[in-house]
Amino acid sequence: MSWLDRVRNTIPFIARRDETPDNLWHKCAGCGQMLFVKEYEENQSVCPKCDHHGRIGPDARFDALFDGGIYTPLPMPAVREDPLKFRDQKRYVDRLKAARQATGEQDALINARGVIEGKRAVVGVQDFAFMGGSMGLGVGAAFVAGAEAAIAERCPYIIFTAAGGARMQEGILSLMQMPKTTVAIAMLREARLPYIVVMTDPTTGGVTASYAMLGDIQLAEPGALIGFAGQRVIEQTIREKLPEGFQRAEYLLDHGMLDMVVHRHKLRETLASLIDYLCVEQAAA
Amino acid sequence: MVAFLDFEKPIAELQGRIAELRETAEAGAIDIDAEVARLEAKSQKLLRDTYARLAPWQKTQVARHPERPHLKDYIAGFVADFVPLAGDRAFAEDKAIVGGLGRIAGRRVMVIGHEKGEDTASRLRHNFGMAKPEGYRKAIRLMELADRFGLPVVSLVDTSGAFPGIQAEERGQAEAIARSTEACLALGVPLVTAIVGEGGSGGAVALAAANRVLMFEHAVYSVISPEGCASILWRTGEKAADAAEAMKITAADLKRLGVIDRIVAEPVGGAHRDRAAAIAALGAALADELVQLADTPRDELRAARRAKFLAIG
Repeated sequence: MSWLDRVRNTIPFIARRDETPDNLWHKCAGCGQMLFVKEYEENQSVCPKCDHHGRIGPDARFDALFDGGIYTPLPMPAVREDPLKFRDQKRYVDRLKAARQATGEQDALINARGVIEGKRAVVGVQDFAFMGGSMGLGVGAAFVAGAEAAIAERCPYIIFTAAGGARMQEGILSLMQMPKTTVAIAMLREARLPYIVVMTDPTTGGVTASYAMLGDIQLAEPGALIGFAGQRVIEQTIREKLPEGFQRAEYLLDHGMLDMVVHRHKLRETLASLIDYLCVEQAAA
Repeated sequence: MVAFLDFEKPIAELQGRIAELRETAEAGAIDIDAEVARLEAKSQKLLRDTYARLAPWQKTQVARHPERPHLKDYIAGFVADFVPLAGDRAFAEDKAIVGGLGRIAGRRVMVIGHEKGEDTASRLRHNFGMAKPEGYRKAIRLMELADRFGLPVVSLVDTSGAFPGIQAEERGQAEAIARSTEACLALGVPLVTAIVGEGGSGGAVALAAANRVLMFEHAVYSVISPEGCASILWRTGEKAADAAEAMKITAADLKRLGVIDRIVAEPVGGAHRDRAAAIAALGAALADELVQLADTPRDELRAARRAKFLAIG
């Protein structure tokens, strides 16, 4: 355990907003069943009745993924804040502040290093709760930093995507994160290290059209919405109803865009087995 | 006479008066030369002043002007001996992206770009410049071909965005765009891009991860259309002008942000008012960039491209 984990683990647990008494129950977004929050979270936010996979943030993901729930978060790279001085109905800096308060995170992509069933990995998790997981300078820089950490440690980079797309408040600079993250993937390829993508609900827009679709292996969680264009935009363009299950993980699997749809409970073993096959340095022999 | 945009109303009125005067003069025999000359000078000045300070939303309208030159015109203007190449070898030929071999100022190149079309029939044929996965896969194929035979690639971007449709999604629109961006970055030959009209989101960047990115003075390049941004952040598409302003989509803004390298000046009143001059200016700028990148070693081209995009932020 690193010193950072030791410090983290000794800090008494600070009550989160969602643990107030009126949040004792969680209504499943899949089947509408009322579930005990505690029971639901212990099941990794998967509905025990209908298997609906709820959205989870970096902390819950890392806890569930890494051996013993032990991991070391990587520092967030510093980036220019609000480069365009953007304001719509609200100022972007205020939206950022609110997102940071709500999530306790600096931006929408957090990296950590740890061990998955004995295999070392650097893992990045995008948080939909942070401004829809949107990709701007912070996410782009974190992605590059995650890839670089993986290269330095000779281990795979695994990314859990969740995003509405690019962060409009950073304009063209958010679009430029598409080539930027693609450069980081090229560096992983040259280092001959696996780059594994796990798409979670939802993964759309510029994130899908860049690093989410360039994995050596492409996984997705069941039922995850994955696509390039938004469903409303498509409906307005073609003036047709969209087919059942359109842009869901299973639909992408059927159309050849994914290797596997993997239940959240099976992710650890699936990823460990893939690392074992693809990462020669860590092969079980 | 060109089609006037809404913000050009005062200029259109002046031109109307000049036309009226000319008609009157032809009917009677009064001398109107002095008056016409005065009005023409006034109209020119107004045009110059208007275009010297176009707002981002006005530039968007100019960039979308139906009479603005398109890929076909640029190829006819400055690409000699053009040999069009077709198909992605997997599914279809997507005419929203046109590509082929040609010579610019004597240099052999691969030209790839979006084509929006110019009348109803050709717009439908080219799907208004909105490419499907097969379009981007054709672009990848042509880039790789160019790379194999040492031809620099010139890409001309003019799209509102990649096509949003059921079949496009089924065939992997996102994957095709991601791979096309990856192909740009992997090239061992020079890649020079010009944003000539609209640079719309992922559908544009897929052809634009280049060594040098040029942009026409009144072109726009953005992560989402002003209307799209407005409908999400302002909850109404009517705030498009505000969104265009906030997103920083003009050539001058993008040059300041380090996203583009060079602005190509347009004739007074925009490229559509003097198409030949605009086409010639772009051809000259591209030829100049190709000269500067010629003889650069493959590894250096790739490394420079990578360093450039890693540094944006």
